[in-house]
This record gives sequence, structure tokens and C-alpha cells, in this order.
Amino acid sequence: MVYDACVEVKLREGIADPQGSTIEKATDNLGFAGITNVRVGKCIRFQVQAGDEEEAKNIVNELCDRFLTNPVIEEAVIEIQVVG
Amino acid sequence: MNQNIGVVVFPGSNCEKDAMEALADLGATPLLLWHADSDLQGVDAVVIPGGFAHGDYLRPGAIARFSPAMEAIIDFAHNGGPVLGICNGFQVLTEAGLLPGALQKNSGLKFLCKEVELQVESTDSVLTNMTSKGQTLRIPINHFEGNFTCTDETLIELQSQDQIILTYTENPNGSMANIAGICNTTRNVVGLMPHPERACHTLLGSTDGRILLESFIQGAHAAV
Repeated sequence: MVYDACVEVKLREGIADPQGSTIEKATDNLGFAGITNVRVGKCIRFQVQAGDEEEAKNIVNELCDRFLTNPVIEEAVIEIQVVG
Repeated sequence: MNQNIGVVVFPGSNCEKDAMEALADLGATPLLLWHADSDLQGVDAVVIPGGFAHGDYLRPGAIARFSPAMEAIIDFAHNGGPVLGICNGFQVLTEAGLLPGALQKNSGLKFLCKEVELQVESTDSVLTNMTSKGQTLRIPINHFEGNFTCTDETLIELQSQDQIILTYTENPNGSMANIAGICNTTRNVVGLMPHPERACHTLLGSTDGRILLESFIQGAHAAV
């Protein structure tokens, strides 16, 4: 089976996010009131071949731990869907 | 004291020639090591220079850490070999797990390129053993992601084990505890954001980097 994977890499809670705070200030300047808690991450999309969804999740989890995130400052939210 | 010092080149490194020039000027014999080659050619010490290894894609150092040369350098470091990471090299060493913490984007989101003042916090490392505690050094920085970040537990460990070797007297980038450079617990692996190789000649405005690189070359001699 082929699965679509979307990995959202985001900064861990408590890690300062200078990009997020700069964007937040800009929203104020642009007249958008009430925009708070802006955090900037990145989204990495790819396809993965696996026997079933469980196996696909395990592969993507390991990929995140070893490579796609730096666990000192980042964490990943993983979404997996069968291609179809 | 003619030490062979390997300077590792990744696609995107750009400070390897500055490092070689400075090391040669200080009496060592530098040689370039290609990142895809796992043979360290019997060098006495390794420098990972600044630049943008693999374009800094994903994260600075994230791809470089898997290069064949890095596997050999990790073994070399675990056997006590002196390893110095400058700027991007420091980022590579944290990604490779040879040094704790991570380097985040500068708090002001500006690429910083200027001379800064550093203070020696510990002389017990392969980079600082010829300096004196409290000594100040003027050395340039040149980075966008030099904001040292770690967990509170790691910071306590770094402090209690005297692993913070250099701090900024005026914090330019938001680094925790003003950290500019750290070493590992066995003191043979060091990483710093400032560029000592760019402060080795009066023509460059400062010669304060010489004492750091001299310490490192001396350390390479001692490790043989």
C-alpha cells in the first residue's frame, strides 16, 4: 500500500519562536486585532510504502525521530492517509 | 609541533580555506577531508568549518551529520580525538549528538556579521587551555542560527560540569546563558559560533583567535 504522509514539524512548547513573534507583531500593525500565539513550523509531505497503516506510522515516526526533527527543540505531528 | 589537522568539506562549506590558512600560519599541516570519504587519513585533529553544509536544508547540520566522514569523526571523538566545530561546524556537532543543545534562529531574526567580545569561562578544553579564565577576546561572528538553546536540565549539566567555555559579554543572538561555545564532558570536542580563524592576523582586525587555534593545535599534539 502507498500512504500519503504529512509531517508538521513544530517548535516544542516553551521554545522561543522569533519568527512567530515577528509575524504576531505584524498582524497588529496590519490592523488584525486578536491574533495571538503565532507559531511557525514547516510541513513535509511525502509518500510511503508499507504493508498497513500501523507499519506506515512506525516508519514515519522513526524518520521523524532520526532525521526530520531535532528533538531538542522540535516535535512532529504526523498524519497518514492511504492514497486513493 | 607539526600536527596534521583535517578540515572537513561538505557541499556548501565556505570557511575551509580560511581555517586551513590560519592553521598553516600557526604551524600545523592542514588537509582537506571530503565529507563523503570515511577515511580520516590519520589526522591528529579535525576541524568542521563554517558555511552552509548541504545548503542548511531541513536544519543546519541535519543532513551533514549522516555523511560518511561524520561516522568516522564520531568514532574519532569517542576515542579522545580533538574535534572543533566552528559556526556551521558547531551546528553539525550538535546534530550529530557530539555536543548537547541546538542552535536556533537568532532572536532578532537578523543575519549577524560583526566582531563581538567573548569571555573565557573555562580553560579546561582543547580550544581554551592556553587562555586564562575571564580573558576577553574579540572575534567575529557570522551567522543566522547561532542562538544556543537546550533544556533547563541540559543547561544545569553544562554549568555544573564546566562545559560552557566561551560566553558573549553582550548577547547578540539570544543564546541561553550568553553561550558562544561549549565542550563535551571529556573536553576534546568543542563547538563555537564565532570564527577564530578570521581573527588570526592584524590585517583582519584582530589576532585574538590565534590563542584558541594554538590551544587546539597543542591539544592535537597532546592527543597523539
